[in-house]
Amino acid sequence: MIEVHSISFRYHEDWVLQEVSFQVEKGEFVAVIGPNGSGKTTLLKILYRLLAPQQGEILFELVSMKKMDRADIAKRIAVVAQETHLLFPFTVLETVLMGRSPYLGNSIFESEKDLEIAKRAMEWTKVLPFSERPMDELSGGERKRVFIARALAQEPEVILLDEPTANLDIHHQIDFLDLILTLNRERGLTIIMASHDMNMASEFCDRLILLQGGRIYKMGPPGEVITRENIESVYGCQVWIDQHPISGMPRISLMKKGGH
Amino acid sequence: MNILTPKKVLTISIFLSLLLILVILVSITIGSVKVPPLRSIRILFLSLLGLKGAGSETERTILLSLRLPRAILAGLVGAGLSVSGAAFQALLRNPLADPYILGVSGGAAVGAVIAILLGLGTFSFGLPLASFLGALVTILVVFYFGRQDGKIHPNTLLLAGVITGSFLSALIMFFISVSRREELHTIIFWLMGDFSFSNARAIFIIFPYILLGFFLLYLRSRQLNLILSGEENAVQLGVNVEKLKLLSYLLASLITAASVSACGLIGFVGLIIPHSVRLIFGPDHRLLIPSAALLGASFLIASDTLARTLLAPVELPVGVITAALGGPFFIYLLRTRKVIRTL
Repeated sequence: MIEVHSISFRYHEDWVLQEVSFQVEKGEFVAVIGPNGSGKTTLLKILYRLLAPQQGEILFELVSMKKMDRADIAKRIAVVAQETHLLFPFTVLETVLMGRSPYLGNSIFESEKDLEIAKRAMEWTKVLPFSERPMDELSGGERKRVFIARALAQEPEVILLDEPTANLDIHHQIDFLDLILTLNRERGLTIIMASHDMNMASEFCDRLILLQGGRIYKMGPPGEVITRENIESVYGCQVWIDQHPISGMPRISLMKKGGH
Repeated sequence: MNILTPKKVLTISIFLSLLLILVILVSITIGSVKVPPLRSIRILFLSLLGLKGAGSETERTILLSLRLPRAILAGLVGAGLSVSGAAFQALLRNPLADPYILGVSGGAAVGAVIAILLGLGTFSFGLPLASFLGALVTILVVFYFGRQDGKIHPNTLLLAGVITGSFLSALIMFFISVSRREELHTIIFWLMGDFSFSNARAIFIIFPYILLGFFLLYLRSRQLNLILSGEENAVQLGVNVEKLKLLSYLLASLITAASVSACGLIGFVGLIIPHSVRLIFGPDHRLLIPSAALLGASFLIASDTLARTLLAPVELPVGVITAALGGPFFIYLLRTRKVIRTL
């Protein structure tokens, strides 16, 4: 579905991403992991063309993304970014309706049909009961679900998530990722998520892409990527890796320096 | 479920238009020559139909040639400043932004001061035309320096505007320091915002710009909602942000330029009207822009009426009234409504 062909990107002098190539199939749940500054967020921004790579190209269902206009992209790829600043807070419903924007073209108002789609999206993410509340009165977990509803209102094929579980407690992390997993399994949505939480990624994702210094260090199922050698080499710290007692997926434990 | 419909916007706009008409009617009956409200209405309607039936010649002149044009001008300026203030607050994502934040007002002021010093102020078109030109030149300069590699970075543009503004202030100070006494009075009043020297024909200069600016901005009102949560957010929702920014900044600047050229630098309107409307109707620009325009018009007409009658026969600069009225009113709104929703 998405083919990334040897893209390189730099903001100024230094390359932030170098010759990154990978493919994502329809219905996959992929996590991009790597240390701070390894290029995860930049890669996501390139995938929805906020940034254009200086080299290489990205094909979305065999069409070069260069040839797609902004609204086209937004109809197919929805983004749930890190917390956005709310200057003049809108209500939950108003926020979710904004997801209809790429379909509205030059019309100024949403239609009844748009409202129906927004309602269904709010039902899915269980935010319908507080649809009239202003966004700044919600908890972090509720706000995240509203932004997922907004993404669903875009009726996309792909959802990009940037550090979706940062700032959430474990209960809301699980809640949130279960919701994402349901969307992935039951509705066939392709999910690409940038995350620091390797245990989460290992537990939920089909495939991991491990970045180091703007290059792909390793890519594959969690069992192949999360190994002691890979993690210690990329992150430069000692870790212990065993298996999650229930799922059997690789699990990382941290160790203090010089201890044990 | 509450969704913003054209019908809702239209209903509120009609209601606010009725308020505006009422304010205009009240405004033109008040003054040194009192014309009773009913007779004013009769004079207005009959003249609209091209008849001369009602009132004396003097009353007709005062109403139709003096007070009505002045009220219309004040209404246009109030609407313009409110709309451009709302747009700048959204584009810069800064609640403290006002129509003058990009230094456009400084350019208008320099144009006006030069016109006054050259004695052009006595010609009917001289003053507004000179200040409009000054504002336009400033817009060009600010946008030339405020853009980087073809893109608008709000902070760069803001800095370019503020610095251009301070440079222009220096010019104004210089002109003030070399001006003569009788010119000084005119200059100071212009800088405070004042309709007493404005010419009715200024309506025809500024009307097209404010109307066109309003219309084109309104077409983008839904997209302005999206940019409130950041430019990346708007891109994610399919907005061509660079095009939106360039057009909106230019339109808001043009509206500001047209507004100030008619009457000088009236402060506060562009700040408090958009915020008041947000407190009452919420932040959605599809409702905010027309409501701010209509309420801003009413507010400035009312302020100007007070400015010319409060200490009659002495006229106060209208800027004195907008600040004196607007400040406490805004504090009241802040205290009674939830502050967090706007700031």
